[in-house]
Amino acid sequence: MKTVAEILKEIRPEFDFAASKDFIADGMLDSFDVVTLVAMLDKNFGISIQGVDIVPENFKNYEMIEALLRKSGVKQ
Amino acid sequence: MNFTFRRKRISGILTVVPANVRSFVEEMKNFNFPEARSLKLKEVMGFDKHRLVEPGVCISDLAVFGLEHLFSRGLLGPSDLDALILVTQSPDHFIPPTSNIIQGRLKLKSDMLCMDINQGCSGFIIGLVQAFLLLEQESIRKVAVVNADVLSRKTSPKDRNSYPLIGDAASITIVERDTEDSRIHANLKMDGTRNEILMIPAGGFRLPSTPETAVLNDVGDNNLRARDHLRMDGSAVFNFVQVEVPPLIEALLSQAGVPMNAVDYFFCHQPNRFMLQKLADKMRVPYAKMPSNVVENFGNSSGVTIPTVITFNMKERLLKEKLKVCLAGFGVGLTWCAMLLDLGFLDFNNIIEYQ
Repeated sequence: MKTVAEILKEIRPEFDFAASKDFIADGMLDSFDVVTLVAMLDKNFGISIQGVDIVPENFKNYEMIEALLRKSGVKQ
Repeated sequence: MNFTFRRKRISGILTVVPANVRSFVEEMKNFNFPEARSLKLKEVMGFDKHRLVEPGVCISDLAVFGLEHLFSRGLLGPSDLDALILVTQSPDHFIPPTSNIIQGRLKLKSDMLCMDINQGCSGFIIGLVQAFLLLEQESIRKVAVVNADVLSRKTSPKDRNSYPLIGDAASITIVERDTEDSRIHANLKMDGTRNEILMIPAGGFRLPSTPETAVLNDVGDNNLRARDHLRMDGSAVFNFVQVEVPPLIEALLSQAGVPMNAVDYFFCHQPNRFMLQKLADKMRVPYAKMPSNVVENFGNSSGVTIPTVITFNMKERLLKEKLKVCLAGFGVGLTWCAMLLDLGFLDFNNIIEYQ
């Protein structure tokens, strides 16, 4: 199973996500990257992130993504 | 808003798609994105092939081609039609109505009603509602609901958010009275306060097309688009669909007294595979009951995707049996609607190519 960091690296290898507090505002993830990220998280963790939760705020940084994973049923 | 119709039925569906097939892989070079990112998106969204008209082809060309196909095969008589409802966002002209142009080109009788309705992704269901209402009149026995759009002509080839998913198509759906005591339920909702989420800003009377409105601008995310082009706020549309559509369908089924698991198929508008699978997950509907394969094979042709998903996936089956189906459309307006009906034993249910 991949980590969130590994998945982000796969989608946008040119960015250092650890150095950012807001992936969206810093232009590291556009709306279609978010869609790709959701599809990869769903597959990797065996979940289905709810459509209503697919809003930019939930993908701003590692903390928000991990909170979303917990809400979607991933035990961490 | 709830509607209930008695003793009405769909008796045939024909979808007309352009023969011209374009592939996402070939078009990737037009977008300012690394190939690897575009290929990831292809996998998730279902972008693959889409059908686009050649320059100069208009919706009346597709509609006339389809109706002539039905006439020439004896599947429909020209004098049988008492009304022709055209649902489109891409008319041949502002004036006259394109439905009149179609009537004229086919030399249909003058004792009939032609009307254009400007609606998009919900347009197929809104056209059906209008047809069922007309069938309450003694003088109207058979109605053709023609749903057609050629929006590729208004979409920027350098806009990766819109162009890969767009498709052109037309459909002809024949609606008439049912000898059985059937019931059709529909539920429609509108929210014009969010009208700018899906819009072509220029080209109407509010902002006429000029050389300035045709200039491509960088609109973010490396996409280039003019004000003459279709603009789609993908995130807002996605959120709108996930929030509004499941409760609408639940309310429709409750109104009809039909449980979710009694519905054989959910034939939804086809924006992209990802959005539909999230919708299915939310509604706890198996993917097999909600087909999402139109964008990858034909592209998103607004309301026409509903007849396309039916004719593509159920071509033979709906000639031989009747199924309980829920149709759902959502988008431009904003408008969202659903319809529950028994569909089957059709006289025809086919896809043909416009040459």
